[in-house]
Amino acid sequence: MSQDKIKGLQKSKSGIDGLDEITGGGFPKGRPTLICGSAGCGKTLMGIQFLVRGIIDYNEPGVFMSFEESQKDLNQNVHSMGFDLNKMISQKKLRIDHIVIEKSEIEETGEYDLEGLFIRLNHAIDAIGAKRVVLDTIESLFGGLDNASILRSELRRLFQWLKAKGVTAIITGERGESSLTRQGLEEYVSDCVILLDFRVIDQIATRRLRIVKYRGSTHGTNEYPFLIDETGISVLPITSLKLEHKTSSEILSYGFDDLDKLFDKGGFFRGTSVLITGSAGTSKTTLSSYFALSSCRRNESTLYFSFEESPDQLVRNMMSVGINLKPFIKSKKLFIHSSRSSLQGLEMHLLVLHKLIKELKPRTVIIDPISSLVTVGNSSEVRAMLVRLMDILKVNLINALFTSLTHEKGNDYSDLTVDAVSSLADTWIRVSNDEMNNVRKRNLSIVKSRGMGHSNLVWEFTIDNKGIKIKKSA
Amino acid sequence: MSKEIWELRLYIAGQTPKSVMALKNLTKYCREHLAGKYTIEIVDLLVNPRLAEGDQIFAIPTLVRKFPEPIRKIIGDLSNEEKVLVGLNIRPASVKKIHS
Repeated sequence: MSQDKIKGLQKSKSGIDGLDEITGGGFPKGRPTLICGSAGCGKTLMGIQFLVRGIIDYNEPGVFMSFEESQKDLNQNVHSMGFDLNKMISQKKLRIDHIVIEKSEIEETGEYDLEGLFIRLNHAIDAIGAKRVVLDTIESLFGGLDNASILRSELRRLFQWLKAKGVTAIITGERGESSLTRQGLEEYVSDCVILLDFRVIDQIATRRLRIVKYRGSTHGTNEYPFLIDETGISVLPITSLKLEHKTSSEILSYGFDDLDKLFDKGGFFRGTSVLITGSAGTSKTTLSSYFALSSCRRNESTLYFSFEESPDQLVRNMMSVGINLKPFIKSKKLFIHSSRSSLQGLEMHLLVLHKLIKELKPRTVIIDPISSLVTVGNSSEVRAMLVRLMDILKVNLINALFTSLTHEKGNDYSDLTVDAVSSLADTWIRVSNDEMNNVRKRNLSIVKSRGMGHSNLVWEFTIDNKGIKIKKSA
Repeated sequence: MSKEIWELRLYIAGQTPKSVMALKNLTKYCREHLAGKYTIEIVDLLVNPRLAEGDQIFAIPTLVRKFPEPIRKIIGDLSNEEKVLVGLNIRPASVKKIHS
């Protein structure tokens, strides 16, 4: 034992997207980990995913000891995620042992121990050479048996036995009122404790995960949002990203010459994040569409997040200014994802985005407008989310464009999203409508552009059915 | 009624003090109350670990009454005679009949 410790803590990959980044490599290898949380927070699924991914990705067979659901139920529940437990069982990679405790047919008299449980577990582990074990939810024993002091000492023995057996184990526990688990399992399983939480704020539900403790290892200490969807659980560890992304000196076009010319290098660097701010009707979306068009013309995959217009509406409206996005949607170069910002929590939007980025591998991402997300969360949340989002995009060297709606005559800096994004964005373009002599004039100026010189004039521009034309400095 | 045979199965895991005690207690009760009307099968899970799943055994020692039905389980060293007799459904009244 002492020699193992000198080697440093070995870890076992959890197989859960993002979790290994927070834990610095996974669950403690050969030790038990406690996952606790209230009903319906995803404990069982996390256990199953740990086993299934262990079997598929790391060739580590696993044993699932269920105190609640039968094999049939489990299989049905996870089938929608593409996990075929029966197949894995027949391949001798997985064993499910359902422990049924029928209180009504059990009588207790005198001393006993849980050796039967140990023998079953041992038999299951040895039969397939299991490296991973899940016990879900062992606290059910307390519901079925009366002698709590025997159970406690036996559980302590069980966790020591699991350690001695050298299997990486997950033990799930129901959240207690004053402690992490009802029976205080955290006292016995002290190597790694993960708390899952399912919370509803302003009618929007978010799942969160926190590592309460991880003995002998550094770990992320924040609450991390996680998502359960058709591929299982994914955690978003975004705040753990560091500022060490690569940069590119390749220059790309904004989509029309007039705008490119305002920058010394005639465009923007690949991987730049661009912010366009302006009040309503200042053609932010038109500028975004140019940006998308330019990306599509480079034959690069483009992802357009629209929080205000449906794909059809966007395409139709852009036709009126001479931007034809239709062929690119057909050729699958352009993907427009429309959803109402209030449909789900901020984190969910971010996760959807994250997944789409993984799936479509876009080189350009447009979010129009990012300010509508503010309605969903409070300011610190929004800012944290935007930082995460930018990080994801930067790390992948994706060109990003965000638009943000600001209020007329208001100061840009007082605006929440502008405040959050402006320091993160590399390039900031401001558009406005100014009334002069009974005429509304469209103006555009560049507030900043990291890494290259830019025009410091305010430019007047017009929009007609052929698009945007920048005329002269106003 | 008198033809009923108590089919009992005692699960143990090696010759531990608790298992030895359980068997001793069980044999005593059976001789006293079920003379000639019982069979005791002893299953050592250290020898046959796979048998634990069938009867849903998790505690040791566990006595399973396979017959008469319904199945009952009594876990522990069976030191409380009263509880065991109730669990096995051996009523004092019927016991007297068997003896007579």
